[in-house]
Amino acid sequence: MRDFSYLRADTIEAARNASALPGAMLLAGGTTLVDLAKCGVAEPSTVIDISHIDGLDAIDVTTERAMIGALAKMSHVADNAEVKSHFPAVSEALWQAASAQLRNMATIGGNLMQRTRCPYFRDPANFPACNKRSPGSGCSAIGGVTRGHAVLGTSEACIATYPGDLAIALVAFDAVVHLGERSLKVEDFFLAPGATAEREHDIRPGEVITAIEIPGSAAARRSTYIKVRDRQSYEFAAASAAVGLELEADGRTIRDIRVALGGVATKPWRARAVEDALKGKPLDEANIRKASELAVEGAVDHGANHYKIALAPRVVARAILKLGETA
Amino acid sequence: MTVHDMKHAGSDSARLEAVGGRLSRVDGPAKITGAAKYAFEQRLDGLTHAVLVGATIAAGKVTAIDARAAETAPGVLLVLTPDTIMELKGASDWLGNPPALSTYAPLARTVTFSGQHIAAVVAETFEQAVAAAALVKVTYEETPAIVDLSDRKAGDGIQIDMMTKEWGDAQAAFAAAPVRVCAAYNTPREFQVAMEPHGLIARWQGDELTIWEPSQWLDGMARTYAEWFGIPFEKVRLVSPYIGGGFGSKALALAHSAVAAAAAKMLNRPVKLVLNRPQNFTSYGGRAATRQTVTIGADKDGKIQSIVHRGVNETSVDGMWVEPLGSVTSIMYATPNFSSKQNVVRVNTVVPGAKRAPGENPSAFGIECAIDELAHELGMDPLQVRLINYAEQDPQVNKPWSTRQLREAFAAGAEAFGWARRSHAPRSMRDGHQLIGWGMAAGTYPVRRAHGEAVVKILADGSVEVESSSIDMGQGTYTILAQTAADTLGVPVEQVSVKLGDSNFARAGVAGGSRLAGVMTGAVYKAAGLALDELIGLALSDPRSPFQKVRDNTLVVKDGRIASPRGDGPELSIAELMQAVGRDRIEAKGDSLPTSTTPEERYKNYTTIAMSIPHTEGNYSRHSWCAHFVEVRVDEDFGTVRVSRVVSALDSGRLYNPKLAESQWKGGIIMGIGQALLEEGIVDRRHGRVVNGNLADYMLPTNADIPDIQTISVGIPDPHSSALGGKGVGELAIVGIAPAIANAVFHATGKRVRDLPITLEKLI
Repeated sequence: MRDFSYLRADTIEAARNASALPGAMLLAGGTTLVDLAKCGVAEPSTVIDISHIDGLDAIDVTTERAMIGALAKMSHVADNAEVKSHFPAVSEALWQAASAQLRNMATIGGNLMQRTRCPYFRDPANFPACNKRSPGSGCSAIGGVTRGHAVLGTSEACIATYPGDLAIALVAFDAVVHLGERSLKVEDFFLAPGATAEREHDIRPGEVITAIEIPGSAAARRSTYIKVRDRQSYEFAAASAAVGLELEADGRTIRDIRVALGGVATKPWRARAVEDALKGKPLDEANIRKASELAVEGAVDHGANHYKIALAPRVVARAILKLGETA
Repeated sequence: MTVHDMKHAGSDSARLEAVGGRLSRVDGPAKITGAAKYAFEQRLDGLTHAVLVGATIAAGKVTAIDARAAETAPGVLLVLTPDTIMELKGASDWLGNPPALSTYAPLARTVTFSGQHIAAVVAETFEQAVAAAALVKVTYEETPAIVDLSDRKAGDGIQIDMMTKEWGDAQAAFAAAPVRVCAAYNTPREFQVAMEPHGLIARWQGDELTIWEPSQWLDGMARTYAEWFGIPFEKVRLVSPYIGGGFGSKALALAHSAVAAAAAKMLNRPVKLVLNRPQNFTSYGGRAATRQTVTIGADKDGKIQSIVHRGVNETSVDGMWVEPLGSVTSIMYATPNFSSKQNVVRVNTVVPGAKRAPGENPSAFGIECAIDELAHELGMDPLQVRLINYAEQDPQVNKPWSTRQLREAFAAGAEAFGWARRSHAPRSMRDGHQLIGWGMAAGTYPVRRAHGEAVVKILADGSVEVESSSIDMGQGTYTILAQTAADTLGVPVEQVSVKLGDSNFARAGVAGGSRLAGVMTGAVYKAAGLALDELIGLALSDPRSPFQKVRDNTLVVKDGRIASPRGDGPELSIAELMQAVGRDRIEAKGDSLPTSTTPEERYKNYTTIAMSIPHTEGNYSRHSWCAHFVEVRVDEDFGTVRVSRVVSALDSGRLYNPKLAESQWKGGIIMGIGQALLEEGIVDRRHGRVVNGNLADYMLPTNADIPDIQTISVGIPDPHSSALGGKGVGELAIVGIAPAIANAVFHATGKRVRDLPITLEKLI
């Protein structure tokens, strides 16, 4: 770990000004920054501690929307009664993320800035080539150990998986991230690598995440998050799905459906093809399983991650079936 | 470090302090409250910090090390490279074999595995050392590496003749057998992953070296340091009060230990060196990857006629590790014709090492899965097949078992699990999307025996001290030795304090192979008995003793009070007697070595394993035994396997403390669940490097992965195995868990997974 200067920002304005400094990084819960500093990936020259800014940790939920302050802890949001009733997929995604200790530290804003778990990205000493860390240096993962790597949204520059859970639910329900003057759909806030793997988020120097807003909907109220992984806790998804469902008055025709995938793509992945195939169709297992296959349209594997192409549609289907059963 | 509050003990035994009582761990409160100070938590004046630089290639030569930037970085005191580190002498190995080379170079010029130590930076602070270590530039001339057993360059390896076991004509009997199974079973590179990392503090005072280092074997490691630095054994003091898990990895002084001790000598300041988590995956070996083929020929009624077994394990380029793969294969079943051979293949890895039940663990994975495959082929209950082929004596050496409660284990385990209700057809049990499978397997571990010594002191206030250089790595040595001393002397356990983990204390051999409890309870029993004899002798003979008038030829000590056997004379506390006779202490040393043992033999006994007593010595074959019954739930869509029930019945002989034995068994079972479903060092084949060397990516079970585990003790005292009748505990329970789970997965899904771990992509 290198020396760095520490700045404590007590207001959003101070944080914005300081974050424009070259080499500056924001510190909130620290669960990503400290970790990445230890493995030599993050080498900030200035750390701006925003964890003391007042009023940024509010959780305000109405039927129209949830407004969650950037400094709200993952555990608080997960445990919030209104979040649980209006946005169960959001609460479930948070509960299944990380560990209890990390959820008590990590913030919602910081959660969106979480970096990939690609082992090559995280080990600069042994694997100098990484387009995310040093643009143009190449990708060490392609041709290497790829069991956890993405099958959707990849490029020749990068196949690193977006690791988070919360953002999958946010993308499914058209959440918006507030950055001060700008507000973006979370889906657009995350960037697929393309030729610029180093750009993971559409965020500019001087911008600080202040809140996340999730529009309320019938589909969000009837939603779930299924996360499949090798072990039962404290692991990133092999594949996950956030799904919301709204049925017509007949109780069997799908009026609205939202599907987003985690663990399989380079960014939180909305599966609109599945949604389009099921809207207006009856809630029927054969239909659902067939439509769920569309979740991995265009998927490309790199050997050991091939199983994700088979797994992801099953996770989607099971999530839809689970919501159907709770009618 | 050794004063433990005893006011905690459970309430399910009136005689908690007795051997066999369920006394809670006496070191538990200190560990839970953080009061327990581990080896490298010592605070020393002038402490400096060392950080290692590891090779980023798996094979080749170091052509240059540019340390200029590191040397001038803030706080840096010393940069060690192969050229600048002081010369060390070669040390003999753990068997006592003299070194092949006269010198030892813990920093490498020739790289044989990724992560091998190349250089080290010592600085005033840890952070300075980390920062400077990143500035050391190493250039290499890389050569092709053999990355693992499946590498085409690896070849067939070296046959290890002492592993060959043959009787009858196994090939012919197999050819003639009407029912045959043949399959290959693989286990990956696995790591011990102790919570406490490896590391040490080294301090020189003149020619005396003190090392604070977690250690499963103080005297063995002290001997290695003494030989490296060419100083007498007595000049080395190793201190290891608590160990945060070893699982076989902390028995030897390793290259990083040598670097720290050398740096301390060169700087003449104490040096602390702690491996970071990734370095804990490359600085010492985990369990070697293994390959086995098991073929079984049987009669139509299930009687085994032949077993042919071939095994391979990986070792390093310049070290030798043999993981005995035929160890369970050869003794578990009555087999008239048998053949087992083993090769070892050199690959570019750190030399593999001991991980819980080395040998027996992968061996059981092969044979216990193969038996399940045989049962399926026969259309029989796998338990029935095991009973039909029950070995009434050791089929390898043709000696009776000292004790073998395996039949009892099968019966008790099956009963508690409800095995009789099993529907034997695969894929015949389900609960919604969950396919349910029931599997079983047996396990065994030999009773390894050795000699140890202990000192027992009775002090003026009636308190008792036990001293031994043996260790407690969580298995309960502090507790059971307190129980042994209390029980033997007749004093409350609160009056006993046990001091361990200092090589200045009475000597002890390695805490490995499940031998320590049997060895050390025996030594303490003997030392305490000698001390008691002296105490009673004093009471009867000293003119100042009130018992002088009593015409008994012995006295009894109970609850710390001395009285005549009939209770008709005076009754004194031990303290009162000590005061009466004017003694401030009684001290006795006990060991199990023959009195004719020379000092050289004693030294060899404690600092090498050359004098271990074979488990088949004399008239008996001595082993612990177990039977595991496991339920798994496999998601039919996702392929995820979760263990939902475990019932294990185990024969470890007499239990010195059932509560602690159960805890160790459960620990082994949990480790086995990890091995079956999660653990694998994944090698990048281009770089010959394990890429998941950290606690987030090297999967270990979490609490959520572990169901309630029921353990049942079916052991009986085994007088041939140890002084107090116990057999091994710690290594046993992991043996057989992975095959029980693999067999359950087959029962659930109809799919036989023969490569561990059983991850979801193998089932979807």
